[in-house]
Amino acid sequence: MKAPDHAPGARVEFRAVSVRYGEAGAAVTDVDLTIAAGTFAVLLGPSGCGKSTLLRTINRLVEPTSGTVLIDGVDVRERELTSLRRGIGYAIQAVGLFPHFSVARNVAVVPGLLGWERARVDARVDELLALMRLEPSRYRDRLPRELSGGEAQRVGVARALAAEPRVLLMDEPFAAVDAIVRASLQDEIARVHSELGTTIVFVTHDVDEALRLADRVVVMNAGRVVQEAAPAELLAAPADDFVRSLVGVDAETRQLTLERPLIER
Amino acid sequence: MTYLVAHFGRVAALLGQHVVLVAVSLAIALAIALPLGALAARRPRAGTIILGLAGVLYTIPSLALLALLVTVLGLGPATAVVALVVYAQMVLIRGVVAGLRGVDPALVDAARGLGLTARQTLLWVEFPAALPIVLGGVRVAAVTLVALATVAAWINAGGLGVLLFEGILTQNDDKIIAGALAAAALAIVADLALRAGERAIRR
Repeated sequence: MKAPDHAPGARVEFRAVSVRYGEAGAAVTDVDLTIAAGTFAVLLGPSGCGKSTLLRTINRLVEPTSGTVLIDGVDVRERELTSLRRGIGYAIQAVGLFPHFSVARNVAVVPGLLGWERARVDARVDELLALMRLEPSRYRDRLPRELSGGEAQRVGVARALAAEPRVLLMDEPFAAVDAIVRASLQDEIARVHSELGTTIVFVTHDVDEALRLADRVVVMNAGRVVQEAAPAELLAAPADDFVRSLVGVDAETRQLTLERPLIER
Repeated sequence: MTYLVAHFGRVAALLGQHVVLVAVSLAIALAIALPLGALAARRPRAGTIILGLAGVLYTIPSLALLALLVTVLGLGPATAVVALVVYAQMVLIRGVVAGLRGVDPALVDAARGLGLTARQTLLWVEFPAALPIVLGGVRVAAVTLVALATVAAWINAGGLGVLLFEGILTQNDDKIIAGALAAAALAIVADLALRAGERAIRR
């Protein structure tokens, strides 16, 4: 699942990033991490480990207390906030489709903000719905409440990809759907990644999901990155007891399933 | 009922004045309550002050408020509109605050993450999502104002209250009944219409 050479994805770097919330203490502590352009990076860890907080520093929904986040070498704080965010895709577990907007208008939100011409927006909406395997003529005019959970999340991903972002942030996007729908959404995002070459930063607490999707898995615990490795490497050589217990006793079976390409599974 | 039948034209004209009085007051009140409510929902400290102030104003007896306003603004419909706007604030602001606070946080998170400005998030996402509850406040305010507006006749603002005050002065029960029936009918119609609006939006 390597990104193509013409990868339009951006490189994301964290330099000594820490986030502290007042009395509550540290959410993220001293993270140094580089996500290469076009990489599918999965931040994996238990709830409260700081993975979502770290993700949200990329589009400045959270501002680091100290340290720097860079996209293609540019400090995100140097970018104007809304323009930064419009250039970064964002998909979340709760989807957050605007309930009074049709599917097409939801997908068209960011292109609209960027002032794209109507014809280009319409073409892009249909292209993205097709990419997410939602027949445009059937889904374009539906309202979010007329969608199943899986369909809504497909629209959410289409909306996040609408303005051709070079980085796509996904915060537990498939955690709220059932296992079968989740598996097909995982196939979809893996395919989209290999087609588009977008850098994806994906948060999950689900080990199997992380191993299945990631080029690089970033394991976090208590606000720190404890290991950053390719899935096979993570299973073969867990950095410490925490990682070992996380990938667990099934490590050998997981190793086996990893050896088959994703599309056939 | 004889007055209502015999003087239908006059009752209708006063009803028209009443509707205008309430509608104009409600529109102005909403234009004030929406930004104040948005501010109150966002800033808890400001919210306490705004809601407290609106609550205090709401407790002033209507006749007393009208009398006070007359000393400043004189007699007439404009003074009545000011009083009605003041009374509507409490109910409307509460509705706006409750509506905005009830908006799914994920919706706001998605909107911000996609790069909507705070203003776009409020206008495109938060207000539409809060609309059913805001409209509930508008409905209660409308019914309250229909009742309160009858008192406005006392300061020469016209409306159905004219029939009530004339009826009391001339001991004409029929006139009082005509005024009361028309006011009650107006309140019921306003309530039903706004309820239908709420249902249409929720669907």
